Amino acid sequence: MLLEVTLSGVTLGGMYALVAMGLTLQYGVARIMNLSYGELLIAAAFAALWFYSGLALSPLLGLLVVPPLAFALSYAIYRILLQPLVRRAKTRDALEVDSILATFGLLFVIQGVMLAAFGGAYYSYSFLSIPLHIAGATVAANRLLALVLAVVIGLGLYLALTRTRLGTAVRAVAVDPVAAQLVAIDVRTASALAFALGGALVAAAGVLVSMFLTFNANLGVVFTLKALVVVIMGGVGNLLGALIAGLVLGLVENYVAVFVDPGLTLAATYAIFLLVLLVRPQGLLGRSSR
Amino acid sequence: MSRRETLSILAGALATAILACVPFLFGDYGLSLAINIVSYAVLATAWSLFSGPTRYVSLATVAFFGIGAYTTAVFAETLPWPAVLAIAAVIGVVVAAIVGLSTLRLSGVYFVIFSFGLAELVRQLVTWWEVNKTRTLGRYVFTDITAAQIYWQLLALAVLVFVVGFLIGRSRLGLALRAIGDDETVARHTGIDTTRAKVALFVLSTVFMTLTGAIMAPRWTYIDPAIAFNPVVSFTVLIMALLGGVHRLYGPVLGVVPLALLFEFLLARFPNHFSIMVGLVFILIVYAIPRGIAGLVEQAVRRPA
Repeated sequence: MLLEVTLSGVTLGGMYALVAMGLTLQYGVARIMNLSYGELLIAAAFAALWFYSGLALSPLLGLLVVPPLAFALSYAIYRILLQPLVRRAKTRDALEVDSILATFGLLFVIQGVMLAAFGGAYYSYSFLSIPLHIAGATVAANRLLALVLAVVIGLGLYLALTRTRLGTAVRAVAVDPVAAQLVAIDVRTASALAFALGGALVAAAGVLVSMFLTFNANLGVVFTLKALVVVIMGGVGNLLGALIAGLVLGLVENYVAVFVDPGLTLAATYAIFLLVLLVRPQGLLGRSSR
Repeated sequence: MSRRETLSILAGALATAILACVPFLFGDYGLSLAINIVSYAVLATAWSLFSGPTRYVSLATVAFFGIGAYTTAVFAETLPWPAVLAIAAVIGVVVAAIVGLSTLRLSGVYFVIFSFGLAELVRQLVTWWEVNKTRTLGRYVFTDITAAQIYWQLLALAVLVFVVGFLIGRSRLGLALRAIGDDETVARHTGIDTTRAKVALFVLSTVFMTLTGAIMAPRWTYIDPAIAFNPVVSFTVLIMALLGGVHRLYGPVLGVVPLALLFEFLLARFPNHFSIMVGLVFILIVYAIPRGIAGLVEQAVRRPA
């Protein structure tokens, strides 16, 4: 029983980690506090649902199609909607306030579109729901597959950011945008790429999540909140921190849902958040610079 | 007190006297529209009381509004009305103090994140409590409070929020908050206890939100967590305050009146696409009028001189 709960907690935590990695790219590098972030996850989940039940294709094919689309969409959102704000903002704080407001508006637009299309009902589909037996515990194959894919995507991102020239440039912008400019890094392009990459990640997570969770059009806000909490908990801009914090959150949530009450998972999230705020506001692996 | 201040007090008193007559002049529809507008005027003014000078965007308006509404739903039948309002205010203060003390000593972003999910958290907790402990979801609110009485209570609350805002503007607290809004580090170095000032004002502003919820609850007769904690309310209040302009006390009201009428129209004509349109209106405001109508008015007044 404990092993089963832990396994499904790790799966959920892997999703949170993936979602938070994308958000930490958007917030840490592009300096955009994106409140509409989770809406993209739900949109991707609906896209995967449509792939499976509308086109009778595997949602894994969706994983090849949906994230690139989300990348393009996020890139367009950044260039058209957010760059004017970046140009207008005098300080980092001013940009933060403006981006919060603009993306809060975007949240309601995207959510409104999905509500108009799908209503408030819960959706799910049954893909690879075969029980697998691992060391005496039973896990659904779709969960395990989602976890493996999340690990592959996360690892790929980590390598891309640490081993390539472009990745290094992106990380340099996260550390100090002014100094990055001095060493001939195009901060605007790097920011736009980081924002778009974040969008692609959350869309990938959306496709994976749709394979084993029920979802509805209102759920984006909750994912945004959890991603934000994980980002803060791991330390803003820190990928490894996001990974660890995501796993912790997934595990705690699952334990609370199974052993206490499923209605209290968000309360558990908030309890962790409060603890982080009180004990270590710079995050598990964050530097206390701010 | 300057001549200008005396004039604005007189104008405010006159406006209140005229507005108090609304229930006698208009029919049921007019009155319900007026209730809507005055309640949003209180919420938007209370919102900008805190978020205006400090520039900390609070997304939790409906969390407090809902707490007030639920307090009424639980206690209205058993307790006298003033006691219900007092309980609502106390619960609001406690929640606001927890949020404020845990986040406002840090940078603004923690506060925004905390407030972002607060309504959802409270909604889930209330749902959990109702399902597990009282075994009902949704409550009927039966009181003998008429629509006109709700309107007058809201109007009194609106007057109170303006008086409080006016007094804060003239007090040391108001000066401290403006300093925090301009530069928090400088404010701290001049000896202002920034955390205390922020928490005090946040708590004060949320009390008005909680009371608005408590007063409005009898309008619905039936409430459940989804109605009481509807995130669109937070969003609407934010838009209205921003359209009006948050750097002046009278600003938010300028945004409330046109938008309340517009939303009334949109809700009637496009009930299924309401949040899309509101979102678009909001984005438009953020880009086109960042300083609100009050900012535009000031610009227009200053130009000829």
